[in-house]
Amino acid sequence: MRLRPLRLLPLAALLLLAVPAFASAATPSVTDLATTSNTIWVVITAVLVLFMQGGFAMLEIGLSRMKNAGAVAAKIIINLSIAFLMFWAIGFSIGFGNGSDFAGAHGWFMDVHNFKDTFSSLAYSDTPLQAQYFFEVVFCAVSLAIVFGTMLDRTKFIGYVIFGVVFTGVIYPIVAHWTWGGGWLAKDGYQDFAGSSIVHLQGALGALAGTLILGPRIGKFRDKKAVPIPGHSIPLAILGVIILWVGWMGFNPGSFLNATATGTPNFADVAVNTNLAAAAGVIGATLSALWMFKTLDVSQMGNGAIAALVAITAPCAYVDPYAAVIIGLVAGLIVPPLVVAIDRIRIDDPIGALPAHGVAGIWGTLACGLFATGDRVTSLAVGQKGLFYGGGGHQLWVQFYGILATVGFTLTCSLIVFAAIKYTIGLRVSEAEELRGLDISEHGMFGYPERFIDVPGANPEETPAVTPQGTAPGTTSPLPVTS
Amino acid sequence: MKKIEAFIRHEAFEEIRDHLANMGLPSMSVSEVKGSGRQKGFTESYRGAKTTIFLRPKLKLEIVVDDNDVERTLDTILEYSHTGEPGDGKIFIFNVEDAIRVRTGERGAVVLAPHTEEAPA
Repeated sequence: MRLRPLRLLPLAALLLLAVPAFASAATPSVTDLATTSNTIWVVITAVLVLFMQGGFAMLEIGLSRMKNAGAVAAKIIINLSIAFLMFWAIGFSIGFGNGSDFAGAHGWFMDVHNFKDTFSSLAYSDTPLQAQYFFEVVFCAVSLAIVFGTMLDRTKFIGYVIFGVVFTGVIYPIVAHWTWGGGWLAKDGYQDFAGSSIVHLQGALGALAGTLILGPRIGKFRDKKAVPIPGHSIPLAILGVIILWVGWMGFNPGSFLNATATGTPNFADVAVNTNLAAAAGVIGATLSALWMFKTLDVSQMGNGAIAALVAITAPCAYVDPYAAVIIGLVAGLIVPPLVVAIDRIRIDDPIGALPAHGVAGIWGTLACGLFATGDRVTSLAVGQKGLFYGGGGHQLWVQFYGILATVGFTLTCSLIVFAAIKYTIGLRVSEAEELRGLDISEHGMFGYPERFIDVPGANPEETPAVTPQGTAPGTTSPLPVTS
Repeated sequence: MKKIEAFIRHEAFEEIRDHLANMGLPSMSVSEVKGSGRQKGFTESYRGAKTTIFLRPKLKLEIVVDDNDVERTLDTILEYSHTGEPGDGKIFIFNVEDAIRVRTGERGAVVLAPHTEEAPA
């Protein structure tokens, strides 16, 4: 038998354990261990939130048409890349660096030595700045992914890129700074734990601006009525919802930036609230759709889960589990009627981003002002308890004007940027390109080529295809080719 | 009795069907087909390798109507499938010997008489 040195490793490890004195010089302190645990937790939850891009990709691809599937995939991956670079260069500094009440202005390119002086809004966490950048940038990327949900099937690729640069570099970070960066809303005690308004409402406002400037897809409205343009894969869309749900286990519980604190709230307690709300949202949307349409609408079930997850994002740490169920249920119930209402006013929203991320985001943020409990508010030291806990209307009022400011700022900025793109290089593809589909007209390749063209060897045939004399193998057109 | 075979763009279909149905002629067969003609092909590029596709997707409508209904059916198809660009399609007209409704066994012109469609369930 050959001796394999690697097999001795476990033995060596045992020996080390058996001789504690051997390792005692490097024994970490409890504080070191806590910092390590917190850092691992923040990075793992950031990875979960990063994985949400896969959820958005599947959801949006599933709810678009086959001829545009590849273009949606391209859009997701390019915007994720833009978010990482822009947030590193300027977004992180504007959002979380020291500065005025309106925007941060320090720590460009994360080029800092002692970050607690430059990023004092993040100094409460003992985790390294790099972990916190990773955690914050994936939130920004989620917000950007929501923007383009309403703009499927008709937007020029370059339009996504330009808006992505401005949104992740400037617009999103400014609003994030108001609350999470120690800006003016933070000083007023505005409660948005993980970003119902900062991440999701902002994404939905960009989405609203985008679809208003673009106009509806060809064929969406006929004789003043909304024509259904069904997505090509409901299973993919629901897979996307489930991936988002899993990702939300990083989104909300991770927002503590802390895995070692006990008591209420803690990260596990927030995970419970988040799941309860999502479950109630699915039930709410299913019942509401059944009542309105007399069908068990699968896509509405998915929208219900998303709406509830969005709604619980702001209050997840401020409310008790029963309130999480109510918040999720209401978010789910309002989605189907809102989808119909948005069709009625002739706004084209292919994936339901406006109800699920916009209206549900507003509802969730307001719900803090209703359900925030005294104990949790004291523990988090943000704002006051809600209306139903004897806090009066004060917190509800703060939540209200926080939302109003977000809507005013983000909608205005987004409209300006999209309009600027429209009147310079153009935001929308030509009618012919839209009808052919973005896959072939923008990218020159199909997401599902075998659906549309003859791919060599695509059909399960037993004998090789006859190749006419003089025709190169691979050009399989069965008809005489003339140009 | 004539059979009208029309090769049209996908986008034209809904309007044509709606208007024919309103005239009492909802009966037709539709197939997804691919064909080549005057309309240019397009290029699919995959990881730098290019191939030109000459077949474009079209819809084929097959409608059998009484001689009296031929002209108004053709007018409807022409009105909504015409854009003036290459690729609008072609229409062919054939003579038909006879027609039988399977459900009742009826034969002849009565099978093709204009009628309304039943409301959806």
